[in-house]
Amino acid sequence: MPAPEPPANGYTRRDSVVLGFFALAAAAMSTGCATDKLALDEFVQKHFKDLSGDELKDRLAQMEKRYSEEYGKSVKVSATPPLPGVLFGYALDLSRCIGCRRCVYGCVEENNLSRDPQTHWITVLEMDKETGVDLRHADAYYDHETVPHPGKFYMPVACQHCENPPCVKVCPVQATWKEPDGIVVIDDDWGIGCRRCLAACPYGARRFNWGKPSIPPDELNPNTEYLGNRPRQRGVVEKCSFCLQRTRKGLYPKCVEVCPVGARKFGNLLDPDSEIRYIIENKRVFILKDELNTQPKFFYYYGL
Amino acid sequence: MSFVRKAGNFVTGTARMAFLGGNRVYYAWLLLLAVCITQALFAYAHQFERGLISTNMRDSVSWGFYIGNFTFLVGVAAAAVLLVIPAYVYNWKPIKEVVLFGEMLAVAAIVMCLLFVLVDMGRPDRFWHLIPGIGHMHLPSSIMAWDSVVLNIYLVINLSVASYLVYCAYYRIQYDRRIVVPLVILSIPMAISIHTVTAFLYNGMASRPYWNSAILAPRFIFSAFCSGPALLLILFQILRKVSAFEIKDEAIHKIAELMAYAMGFNLFLFGAEIFKEYYSNTHHLVYYQYLFRGLHGTASPIALYAWTSIAFSIISFFLFLIPKTRRMPLTMNIGAVMIYLSVYIEKGIALIIPGFTPDTLGQVYQYVPSAIELRVAAGVFGVGFLLFTLMVKVSVSILFERGNQTVHA
Ligand code: SF4
Ligand code: SF4
Repeated sequence: MPAPEPPANGYTRRDSVVLGFFALAAAAMSTGCATDKLALDEFVQKHFKDLSGDELKDRLAQMEKRYSEEYGKSVKVSATPPLPGVLFGYALDLSRCIGCRRCVYGCVEENNLSRDPQTHWITVLEMDKETGVDLRHADAYYDHETVPHPGKFYMPVACQHCENPPCVKVCPVQATWKEPDGIVVIDDDWGIGCRRCLAACPYGARRFNWGKPSIPPDELNPNTEYLGNRPRQRGVVEKCSFCLQRTRKGLYPKCVEVCPVGARKFGNLLDPDSEIRYIIENKRVFILKDELNTQPKFFYYYGL
Repeated sequence: MSFVRKAGNFVTGTARMAFLGGNRVYYAWLLLLAVCITQALFAYAHQFERGLISTNMRDSVSWGFYIGNFTFLVGVAAAAVLLVIPAYVYNWKPIKEVVLFGEMLAVAAIVMCLLFVLVDMGRPDRFWHLIPGIGHMHLPSSIMAWDSVVLNIYLVINLSVASYLVYCAYYRIQYDRRIVVPLVILSIPMAISIHTVTAFLYNGMASRPYWNSAILAPRFIFSAFCSGPALLLILFQILRKVSAFEIKDEAIHKIAELMAYAMGFNLFLFGAEIFKEYYSNTHHLVYYQYLFRGLHGTASPIALYAWTSIAFSIISFFLFLIPKTRRMPLTMNIGAVMIYLSVYIEKGIALIIPGFTPDTLGQVYQYVPSAIELRVAAGVFGVGFLLFTLMVKVSVSILFERGNQTVHA
């Protein structure tokens, strides 16, 4: 992540403007507040992309300290950069998916999604075999004793990591962007919670924290990433990050790992020998809402 | 006297005019607004404490009553221009006197717009991320960033012109046309921009077919040309009764006539939209079905409003089109109220909610605003009305009650 060097004295014009601007607010906050230094730092923080190497290190350390205190166990926060020569892609076999939603809950645990109120990044839609892929007849709230239900098929949807992402275009403060490995990320310390991206995403992939997210401390996954699965806060947007805390280290996303029928595939689109390339080249593949030119890196196919 | 002293005197003098020398109805009105604002502060404190979960918005319908009101009020703000054009472009005397009120209405409306955006934000403490230089404004790509730029410029222009005119009148000096006229002329394209850019907020999203229509911006403009003047028509009649404010019937009838044309265009554009959707009968019809009826056998909670809005706009169009009913005070006032309500429903409810229902994955969430949303919104309107009332009170005192006519050059 190339970041501009800070000036020699370590004190920028921006800092002084922000500090001056908020001197009053800060004064108000500091009265009777034990962690006023931390609160002030968080208040005047910079955009992720504007952080220098040292500043980023400080921020990560700060976050680790705060989460560790909050959850009573040691929490690690890293900022693993994208790997060179990698463009991630996902494929999902519609003829295999049985609608069991194990991916949904695997994702909740791995990515520290709020348990109350409940947040899911993956929505599994149930549709009629007769009508085929038709969102007007989709049901995200199906509730059968056993799946798959006769006459139905299932279509899991999450962030498609669009090459041309409408959610990124509309954000007024650039709190969301596309990384070089194709992953669309959110800096939830920078978002203002205007929910423009929720309106713009054609795949219903983004989630807003309407209430304060909560995770029982013993269920917290302590291996977290700044732009990935660290515990989230109220009032900002989140979504699937292709499990970048795993995939940037060469592991599969959690949903791929837990799917009992092997419906999910993942890999590097730039690698001609990868499974994902094989699928795209040899199977009947389609993408969702092709007419919108979002160019998803999430491919549905019929493997059987 | 130095400028600083003069400005200080102006501020204290106008404050005295705003709060002193009103009648009982005036103070009762101020009290009502104060109650409105106070209860909203409690409601907002609750929302701030618990988060936006205390509204009824959810991921499926992620904007609701707040953003609906915002959209409507942008229109009210833009509408000042309808009065400005004839006054300054054609140098038409009777309306010139009322431009000042249009500008003050614009100021109050923009303040309400900004407040509605603020109460809708998940992290209002981070609003400064939008400020260029210290924040990270996403230009040129984000329409919302543009919207905040044009809204703020429009606010500054109207606020400066209105306060400069009042200031000059206060000191009985002739205002400088070289300052005022260019700013007023500039406010015309700015008024068009604030509404166009706001329409583009919705219009530019391919993910929401209900909004993705090229005539959305023109529809916004024409409906604004109806709603803003409707408010002013009523206000002028009240002022004429209770103060020394003078306005000729001729001017009132002229405004009503312009509103009839605007309403005609508005209905025409709406008809064009309806034709396209129903005749072509694609999947995109589903949003109109939700608006007018409901989906999957469940009645939609907004259908009644949608029909009321259409009925009101047709009736009021004819009331304003026919010269006889346009000139009769009773029918004109009924028409003005109907226009106001029909546009309020159209922009505040019928535009936002069907855009999200069904959502992008086909799910239907029946949104109706929560009590918190209604209370906070009432308070924002309270702030706007209060601001407008005080501004009107001051200018009426200066312009009409001290026998000073310098400002109307
Ligand atoms: S699927 Fe939605 S959230 Fe994900 S990149 Fe595309 S537009 Fe953005
Ligand atoms: S875990 Fe696999 S089979 Fe189950 S719903 Fe998810 S994708 Fe489908």
